Amino acid sequence: MSSSLPNATPSKAVAVDAAHLSAITSHIDNNEQKPGPLLPILHDIQNDIGYIPDAAISEISKRLNLSRAEVHGVVSFYHHFSTKPRGRHIVEVCCAESCQALGGRDLQKHAKEKLGLDWYQTSKDGEITLEPVYCLGNCACSPAVRVGKQILGRVDNEDFDELIEELTTVPVTLMEGR
Amino acid sequence: MLQRSDSVNPDTSGLSSVGTGTVAAPMIFDPRTDIDPDKDYGTPAPTNDPTPVGELISLRIDGKEVRVPQGTSVLRAAAMADINIPKLCATDSLEAFGSCRLCLVQIEGRRGYPASCTTPAEEGMVVKTQNDKVAKLRRNIMEMYISDHPLDCLTCSANGDCELQDMAGVVGLRNVRYGYEGDNHLDAEKDESNPYFTFDPSKCIVCSRCVRACEETQGTFALTISSRGFESKVSPGQDQPFMDSECVSCGACVQACPTATLSEKSIIDKGQPEHSVITTCAYCGVGCAFKADMKGDEVVRMTPWKGGKANRGHSCVKGRFAFGYATHTDRITTPMIRDSIDEPWRKVSYEEAFTFAASRIKGIQKEFGRNAVGGITSSRCTNEETYLVQKLVRAAFGNNNVDTCARVCHSPTGFGLKATFGESAGTQTFDSVEKTDVMMVIGANPTDAHPVFGSRMKKRLREGAELIVVDPRSIDLVSGPHVKANHHLQLLPGTNVAFINAMAHVIIDEGLESTKSIQERCDVESFETWKAFISDKRHSPEETEKYSGIPAAELRAAARLYATANNAAIYYGLGVTEHSQGSSMVMGIANLAMLTDNIGREGVGVNPLRGQNNVQGSCDMGSFPHELPGYRHISGDEVRTQFEKAWNVSLDPEPGYRITNMLDAAVEGTYKGLYVQGEDIAQSDPNTHHVEQALKNLDCLIVQDIFLNETAKFAHVFLPGSSFLEKDGTFTNAERRISPVRKVMEPLGGLSDWEVTLGLSKALGYEMNYNHPSEIMDEIASLTPTFTRVSYERLDKEGSLQWPCNDETPDGTPIMHIEEYTRGKGNFALTEYVATEEKVTKRFPMLLTTGRILSQYNVGAQTRRTENSSWHGEDVLEIHPHDAEDRGIVTGDKISLASRAGDTQLRALVTKRMQPGVVYTTFHHPESGANIITTDNSDWATNCPEYKVTAVQVNKVLNTEDASEWQAQFAEFTKEQLAYLDN
Repeated sequence: MSSSLPNATPSKAVAVDAAHLSAITSHIDNNEQKPGPLLPILHDIQNDIGYIPDAAISEISKRLNLSRAEVHGVVSFYHHFSTKPRGRHIVEVCCAESCQALGGRDLQKHAKEKLGLDWYQTSKDGEITLEPVYCLGNCACSPAVRVGKQILGRVDNEDFDELIEELTTVPVTLMEGR
Repeated sequence: MLQRSDSVNPDTSGLSSVGTGTVAAPMIFDPRTDIDPDKDYGTPAPTNDPTPVGELISLRIDGKEVRVPQGTSVLRAAAMADINIPKLCATDSLEAFGSCRLCLVQIEGRRGYPASCTTPAEEGMVVKTQNDKVAKLRRNIMEMYISDHPLDCLTCSANGDCELQDMAGVVGLRNVRYGYEGDNHLDAEKDESNPYFTFDPSKCIVCSRCVRACEETQGTFALTISSRGFESKVSPGQDQPFMDSECVSCGACVQACPTATLSEKSIIDKGQPEHSVITTCAYCGVGCAFKADMKGDEVVRMTPWKGGKANRGHSCVKGRFAFGYATHTDRITTPMIRDSIDEPWRKVSYEEAFTFAASRIKGIQKEFGRNAVGGITSSRCTNEETYLVQKLVRAAFGNNNVDTCARVCHSPTGFGLKATFGESAGTQTFDSVEKTDVMMVIGANPTDAHPVFGSRMKKRLREGAELIVVDPRSIDLVSGPHVKANHHLQLLPGTNVAFINAMAHVIIDEGLESTKSIQERCDVESFETWKAFISDKRHSPEETEKYSGIPAAELRAAARLYATANNAAIYYGLGVTEHSQGSSMVMGIANLAMLTDNIGREGVGVNPLRGQNNVQGSCDMGSFPHELPGYRHISGDEVRTQFEKAWNVSLDPEPGYRITNMLDAAVEGTYKGLYVQGEDIAQSDPNTHHVEQALKNLDCLIVQDIFLNETAKFAHVFLPGSSFLEKDGTFTNAERRISPVRKVMEPLGGLSDWEVTLGLSKALGYEMNYNHPSEIMDEIASLTPTFTRVSYERLDKEGSLQWPCNDETPDGTPIMHIEEYTRGKGNFALTEYVATEEKVTKRFPMLLTTGRILSQYNVGAQTRRTENSSWHGEDVLEIHPHDAEDRGIVTGDKISLASRAGDTQLRALVTKRMQPGVVYTTFHHPESGANIITTDNSDWATNCPEYKVTAVQVNKVLNTEDASEWQAQFAEFTKEQLAYLDN
């Protein structure tokens, strides 16, 4: 209810840093005029910040004349949206039928063991988040894995290890510019 | 279903049903009278309007012919014929949803098993609701529900009131083949954060009824279903406890829940009620009808009654939950007397208290004259009680010194609407909002102060109606979930009349007035004079912008929107009346409605939102010093003679004192005795210093109340009052609806309020004889032309009646001024803007405006004694961030608030709801002293105090231990007075 003094422990919406807030505002500005602007806004925020901060939900609800609950309902409905910060790389392993038929279950198991993570968990160094995905439209080349925007086909355990190696290794060029 | 064998008006009908094989003429079913409010028809009626018989469609359900209006669902059509299709996610307060699949049926010529809730009835349809095939499907569905539901029916709080349990019985569920060992939600944790209800997700069947109730019925959208599939669950806010979400605790979700998931704590503690009594809420002027659900003489739950025409089955946190004050330990149930206020109270019998009071009053009259005493009637008591108090003053005190607390809220409404339309009341029903295209809300905050009507407004706004909000603050209606005002005219407090004149100026200036209706219905001479007046450039928005702060272009746009709408309605509150020009503003509003032909049909009108439950009624009952019941002047010989004859007494033809006159005369020492029923002038009236000084000067203050309120601390005689649960009577709401109040428990003090007044009157030597309030109403009806056909018998039968209800309008008058205005021709009154004397200065550079909040009611005597204080435990000062920053104030800081009348201390809430230069507070807690600050400026015509404009200064208080001088005195005085009570 409105108008009473806020509780000593503020609600779930924790303070979000100013850079995030201005990014959120500009994504709302850019999409507000579209018909059905909520999903485009959520996509842009997640693509930009990496997740949907709680404070974004308050901001979106105010600007679109929705309630926090409604926006939260949409965000929580789609597994694609995350409300927590995730790793620098999102590794998505396809769990749909075609991939399952071609060894996907082994790959899923291997991925979890290799990274020591369960679904939706992030490695301690903040590098990798492991997520399931249901069909990447790449069934002819099952099993499939997606990293960022890149989709990889016919991934076996070794390919997966290689991929992780790549993702966690940063090439260093010495004496750059000389 | 109520079936009527007699034929009613053949033009109006909703449905008829004929048993198979009969050839009798179809029985006509009128949804306005034949709907049984206690039956759930599954889906809402497609329209509230009666459908002509010729437009009904006919279908056969299980062999019975049923005739229903177009748009009725198969589920509802069946229910109307008393064919009850199993259902879980459907209830007739919510639109069909089609998720539980229990209501599926077979329809001849169609494939599959459509859900009857989402399938509209069609001409010639043949429906089977029961056969082996659908029975098996329904059983399978129930089997799945029950596989993830605790089997603790016998110890469950919903036992006896559980639709899931009922449906398991109806479908004949005998076993659950899936077992109970699989994944389930049985360990889900309860949310007990709300003080009134518990959320137990282990019992949830995710039917979404709560979510939809929050959206469709209440319009708050605090709930959602979060996540998906097996993980789906009801989530307040962002998966938060109810108390941390936007939930306003209206209870619509609790009422909609078919299981024990959302349950009142009182029901969990005490079990299901065993009987119910229909009564009327004693909080705001909406006048919601409730079922008081009882166990013996204890109220265990208040359920809004679907048959109530003001609320249509909805309620707010006050009406539904905040009834515990009635049995609070602070209730005073024994009469008390004392010789002076420095003495302890003595508990005495009623007889002794009456004799003591009467001898003091008589003594005063002997020494200081007949006019040295008077009375104040209550807008919280019933019509009958109010009538008796004014009768006592006029007949037993022998003067006309009677006034009512409506003096300080809606007296300008009575004056202004009488002067223009000819009747001192709002023109519409609440249902009328369903036909409104443009709403203009002026100085009212319906979502807080009239929440149930606020929800109905929001519903209409979601359907596409447009909205103009005129308010210094950004109230919730300005912007919120699915509501956004087209125009928010954020004027400076005190410039209302400038605003309303500018609106009229634009309409004349741009030729948007309705010439035809003005010529036909209004006094043309007054219109021409007014037109010449309003056309002057000083009323143009470009001019008024300079002091009202409303940008001219915005105001012009709003004026066009209002003037060009098919149906435009004005809703206003105390932000209109509680000003030095309150009466002018009311007349300005009436002018605007007449100018644009927005009077006399559904969807339009001028609607004052009344603050208290019976403001309308207390005014109707002759509570003003110059008017007898029915707003007839005391100086009129014919009317006065009529009352003299009926009351067997001679009446003074001169009007008596208003509250302000009484207080002034008391301070002067010429007014010495006062009988106050159910009002707390020491807290609610402006300029508390002045009021306290007046009360201290009285020789005999008789207070009749349920608690030792602030005024009672100055009293010599205390007579125990009775709450609305303890007496029979009637309340009249903002739409002139007279609704019954029914006694569900014996008065804690032994006597109902009306009986106490009888006792006092008898002791004064004027005996009134009534055995029951119905006899008082009979007397009112016999003496008041607008009440002629009102009786308890009719109220019992018809639920409620809207006055005027007489020989001309035997069924009452939902919409007024249809053919012509009550006064004949509508009168355009001149409304010159005169700035208030209360101006900002260097010393007091800000304007304070006051109001109220959802969870608390008026002086808070009732709601502060309930768990409602969980939401609003203290009054706070709302201040804009700029002003706060200038003064180094952050939210939660103690601040001092000072005006030329006095000063007090509060905590601050920094919010952009305010505009810079304006601060706001509420007056629900006496120790806040909001009225220490307000001044004794008042409306020029009616003396309604100017609560809404006070020049103030706000400063941060450095030593937070300190209280203001008045607050320290208040605390000391309160302590002393409470000690007198203990002895």
